[in-house]
Amino acid sequence: MIFKRNFILPIVSFSVIIALWELVVVYGQWSVQVFPGPVAVMNSFYELIMNGKLLKDSVASLYRVTIGFYLGALLGIPLGIMIGRVQVFKYLFNPLIQFMRPISPLAWIPLSMLWFGIGDQPAIFLIFLSSFFPIVVSTAIAVERINPIYFQVAANFNFTRMERLSKVVIPAIVPEVVTALRLTVAIAWLVVVAAEMIAVQSGLGYLILDSRNALRMDYVMVGMIVIGIIGLILDIIMYELSQIESVVASRFGR
Amino acid sequence: MSNIKIQGLGKSYINRRSRKRDPGDDNDIGAEIKVFEDINLEFEDGEMVCILGPSGCGKSTMLRIMAGFDQSYKGQILIDGKRIIEPSSDNVFVFQQNGLLPWMTVWQNVELGLRNLEDEQEKEDTIQEYIDMVELTGFEYHYPSQLSGGMQRRAELARALAVNPEILYMDEPFTGLDYLTHLKIREEVVNMHTFIKKTMIMVTHFIDDALIMADRIIVLNERPARVIMEHKLDFSRPRNIEKEPGLRDLRDQIFMTLGVSYVA
Ligand SMILES: Nc1ncnc2c1ncn2[C@@H]1O[C@H](COP(=O)(O)OP(=O)(O)OP(=O)(O)O)[C@@H](O)[C@H]1O
Ligand SMILES: [Mg+2]
Repeated sequence: MIFKRNFILPIVSFSVIIALWELVVVYGQWSVQVFPGPVAVMNSFYELIMNGKLLKDSVASLYRVTIGFYLGALLGIPLGIMIGRVQVFKYLFNPLIQFMRPISPLAWIPLSMLWFGIGDQPAIFLIFLSSFFPIVVSTAIAVERINPIYFQVAANFNFTRMERLSKVVIPAIVPEVVTALRLTVAIAWLVVVAAEMIAVQSGLGYLILDSRNALRMDYVMVGMIVIGIIGLILDIIMYELSQIESVVASRFGR
Repeated sequence: MSNIKIQGLGKSYINRRSRKRDPGDDNDIGAEIKVFEDINLEFEDGEMVCILGPSGCGKSTMLRIMAGFDQSYKGQILIDGKRIIEPSSDNVFVFQQNGLLPWMTVWQNVELGLRNLEDEQEKEDTIQEYIDMVELTGFEYHYPSQLSGGMQRRAELARALAVNPEILYMDEPFTGLDYLTHLKIREEVVNMHTFIKKTMIMVTHFIDDALIMADRIIVLNERPARVIMEHKLDFSRPRNIEKEPGLRDLRDQIFMTLGVSYVA
């Protein structure tokens, strides 16, 4: 019953939006070039799938997000753990990170293009920046919030330094870090589109920009729809990750 | 087997957060809160000691200091003549709450104290033995959050006992158990103690627990706490408070000491 409801209601809302879209197109004043309807967009969608452009651009965007995001997590999580565990690191890095964090990744576009030129690198750098800071901060906060009793248990059972890390710190922060990663992927996905509008010649952002220059609003809409779909899939993947049994169990340790 | 000497033990916290009320009282920021001072006690090898006292008098604090979790105190504590420097698995602590690691199953939690055993078979058998002992058979692969409060306590007891520690510290280990389980586990601990004769120090709010279990009862008063009663018991076990006039008298005496007028 619940499954049915969860499944049917989104279909209802999507159908309503598409119907409204069609109504506006039919009764509105805009030409097809300015405001294409659902059917025209679907045709263009099919066209872009068949000529391989959509796949190529999606892969290009996903590649940049994946690399940038992994770099952000790979460097951000360990740094966050160190900041959360070691006072010296906390005072050394925390003010710096808090200062850098509110600077929008997009503000880095000029510098990153100057440093890395045109191509994948500046885009990846921007994704990295947009993932790194939130991951560091969330990880550090999660580490600081670990219930001190668990460290007493660790001391009581003579945990080594490594065991304290692998059996207490990491499992304790997993739920928060997974949540942070989920939010961060969404940010990275937002940023990649913006980055591709400026620094590169491929990707979904570039598809949108290029299609606008060619006055193909139907392609622009296809690009937007695909961005939405991929964003949704990324979120579902991250959500599934947070539902693993031991991750759920860790959440009760607060 | 370990004897414990507590000499001139004192502990105070510095108040960091407070709502300021009357200047100069305990609630002032920076004010020193004396939890207890000048505690002198001596426990013999293999003794079962029960510590009673009003809530907030510093029982948990004292236990934590003895186990080596807290090194900022006055005076000294000698275990077999040696000062304690840090926690170790020779002295296992059963926490007042949340002592199980929530990301580990019951099995993995009990395994913590045995994880360095070479012999896999022996390790597995021991883990199973203690899980069976606290009647958690069938719950080996459950996470703490999937257990009731009482089952969590039992799992923690199993984890502590499985180590076969020299000293077992228990901070209100029966709190949150239903009455029957409470009696059962209490009996289990008493049997275990009779059998292994290790030093056990237990904080409890239940006077009857102390009467049934203890070789020595310590009663503390309100903060700043001092020892207001120390009594050595040599009644034979198993004990029955109703059938033993000496225990009944002692119970009255403890109630009086704690300021409760107890009507038999
Ligand atoms: N981290 C702390 N900082 C400041 N004061 C503390 C701290 N921990 C405990 N105290 C104070 O020390 C006193 C003793 O606390 P403790 O937990 O040892 O009491 P207890 O006897 O175990 O109480 P209960 O029976 O309720 O468990 C309390 O009055 C409390 O206010
Ligand atoms: Mg306590």
